[in-house]
Amino acid sequence: MIAHLPILQVIIPLMAAPICLMLKRTQLVWLFSLLTSGLAFAVSVLLLQQVMTSGLISYELGGWQAPWGIEYRIDKLNAFLLLIISGISTIVLFAAQTSIEKEIPKDKHIYFYVLYLLSLTGMLGIVATGDAFNVFVFLEISSLSAYALIAMGKNKQALWASYQYLIMGTIGATFILIGIGLMYQMTGTLNMYDLSQRLPEVAQSRTVFAAFAFVIVGVCLKLALFPLHLWLPNAYAYAPSIVTAFFAATATKVAIYLLIRFTFSVFGLSFSFTTIPLQTLFMALGLIGIFVASFAAIFQSNIKHLFAYSSIAQIGYMIVGFSISSVTGLTATLLHLFNHALMKSAIFLALAAVVFRVGNVQLNSLRGLGRQMPLTMAAIVLGGLSLIGVPLTVGFVSKWYLLIALVEQGWWPVAGLILLGSMLAVAYVWRIVEVAYFKEPVGPPIKEAPMSFLVPIWALVIANIYFGIDTRISVQVAEAAAQSLFGVSL
Amino acid sequence: MVVVAIAIIRMKDLFAVVMLAGIYGLLSASFFVAMDAVDVAFTEAAVGAGISTLLMLVVITMTGRDEKATRHKPLSALLIVTVTGGLLIYGTLDMPYFGSADAPIHNHISPRYINDSMQEIGVPNIVTSVLASYRAFDTFGEVVVIFTAGIGVLAMLSVGRRKEDDEEIASINDSMHEQHLVIRIVAKMLIPFIFLFALYVQFHGDFGPGGGFQAGVIFAAAIILYTMLFGLSTARKVINQTFIRLIAAIGVLLYGCVGIVSLANGGNFFDYNVLASDAIAGQHLGILLIEWGVGCTVAAVMIIIFFNFAGRRELYQHNKHSQNKESS
Repeated sequence: MIAHLPILQVIIPLMAAPICLMLKRTQLVWLFSLLTSGLAFAVSVLLLQQVMTSGLISYELGGWQAPWGIEYRIDKLNAFLLLIISGISTIVLFAAQTSIEKEIPKDKHIYFYVLYLLSLTGMLGIVATGDAFNVFVFLEISSLSAYALIAMGKNKQALWASYQYLIMGTIGATFILIGIGLMYQMTGTLNMYDLSQRLPEVAQSRTVFAAFAFVIVGVCLKLALFPLHLWLPNAYAYAPSIVTAFFAATATKVAIYLLIRFTFSVFGLSFSFTTIPLQTLFMALGLIGIFVASFAAIFQSNIKHLFAYSSIAQIGYMIVGFSISSVTGLTATLLHLFNHALMKSAIFLALAAVVFRVGNVQLNSLRGLGRQMPLTMAAIVLGGLSLIGVPLTVGFVSKWYLLIALVEQGWWPVAGLILLGSMLAVAYVWRIVEVAYFKEPVGPPIKEAPMSFLVPIWALVIANIYFGIDTRISVQVAEAAAQSLFGVSL
Repeated sequence: MVVVAIAIIRMKDLFAVVMLAGIYGLLSASFFVAMDAVDVAFTEAAVGAGISTLLMLVVITMTGRDEKATRHKPLSALLIVTVTGGLLIYGTLDMPYFGSADAPIHNHISPRYINDSMQEIGVPNIVTSVLASYRAFDTFGEVVVIFTAGIGVLAMLSVGRRKEDDEEIASINDSMHEQHLVIRIVAKMLIPFIFLFALYVQFHGDFGPGGGFQAGVIFAAAIILYTMLFGLSTARKVINQTFIRLIAAIGVLLYGCVGIVSLANGGNFFDYNVLASDAIAGQHLGILLIEWGVGCTVAAVMIIIFFNFAGRRELYQHNKHSQNKESS
């Protein structure tokens, strides 16, 4: 079975989704989904181990040789991503049952789990595959289920937010498809490795340039790069809390993976960064994104909005690391992918617990909550510290690598701006601390969140601190992945 | 096509817009035929010109047929569209000529599909071999996309209905539909033939244009026709929500199980060669089974989507009806 791990990674949640429809009791469906996601996580751990020890795994679907059939190609980069996605999904699912009870009508719980598993399948499929068109197919699965999941939010605004995301997401997906189509026209192949071999021959043609532009813009829409981020805040704020926790930690990461995959592996470093001024462009957009989104976060009164803007800012950091186009820069980006997933899932899961007890996440409703829900609020604060990048948290590790990468290149002013951006994070995190700990509570007393929330939240918070101190695993994997991207392509 | 597209943008009457969109679908289907992509044309004619037009009509009955006039002129949007269009045209400048024999797409992968697929798979329709065997996993993904769409519609639109409501709606429908007596009788005669045609398309996919996608849509179209003429409640007595949901799930599972069985028989996922003792027989069996999976899911999801859209509409009309009664 070891040889079939790459396909099992995707097939397990995929097949589990329709089976969910046949189970009658929601409790059972929840357990089944949790088990499925846990199994997918176990597979991803095995895959990562295998890749780290023996290198690239290629799996030919249908037994057809690569450029003719579809190939799954697992290297260090996507094994790392698979681990992040399936891991976060599993931890978040622990709290799902309790959380959706108050947010989604009872008769729709089964649909929720089916869509959740489909969304997981979509993301895993995008990451695992080595075929450009297969990326698009799984992108459709993950996007469609994401629109539906967001629309399940309990407010009417959720529908509008989902609609906005649907329009933007569809444009993004169409752009990616046009790009893939143009590439196919110039090379006659859809396999990524094959593309990377055949694209340099035709690199000077205008068609390839157009293909590159379409793919990059499409992916940037999906990853909510400033100024294409407008769909994100509402989608995160009005989606059911569990969905926000899952997506904030994974969805944009998958898009960043695609960006790295297409620029580094498919089009190749020299084309992406020398033919086109991608470096300056991304550096500028990343920095502007950090500042605009952080400022916007300071003035939000809905905490979910606040952290959604903070997510856009964090994406800015990843893009800056990416734009350096050095091994250290890319390591910083990959580390931040992992670390940001840990922080944001912890924070949004804690917010889900707040929604469960308080009913909403307006800043005013949080008054005095620090004493009433001490464990939940402490988790938010620790997550916030990690966002700022305080030493001993994961946030510090990735920012540290980012700064080293910038200094290596001698870009001191940019490094200064990064530090300044972190100061803005202090401002928005402080607003929450102030309200929660220094204001008197209003209204009826509120109990601490139930254990089904506290266990996964604190598991994530402890991971935030553990990986902030013992950086061996995450740094080693991220570094190895970055090196392999700069070494031989794919 | 360009004329129709511009007309769609300029028109204010949404009913006409929907009709034009149907024509647009039919035109692009003919365009695909002209490009020798018969399978795609088939799907486009069934989905683009057929079912999607129907769904849009259902929506219009709920929202009203006039577009609201907006004075706001989205100049920035125009700019972005122009840039995108410009880039697309710019991209075409270096493209190989249409139909030129030395274009990369004709020289890299496709020669094997064209020359060897008969020996490797044994199916005369090359499109089917590529879809169902060489790139079976993509097709599986597409089926899951359709399944996801169906579940998404269920998650958003399905409404719990009370029994009394159902009966009242049914009686309204009956009185309304007596006017359509001729159509009802003709449709009753036609529907079996439509089913038969769907089955033909389902099985004929190996030899000519057709296959699970098209057959599923045609099958669903027959049921939708029945629903439109005899009312949703009557149709729901034949096919209820739980049942059709089950069919959609079974389609995906059937497709996936073919892959899992090939895993168990020692091959890779979707390696049909190991399904039977003879490789060609295995390919045939695999393709047959997955086409059934596709057909089931597509038909079931189309019906789910229509039922839920139409169910919303009936409920909406019913509510308006009872409001009128109260006010008078």
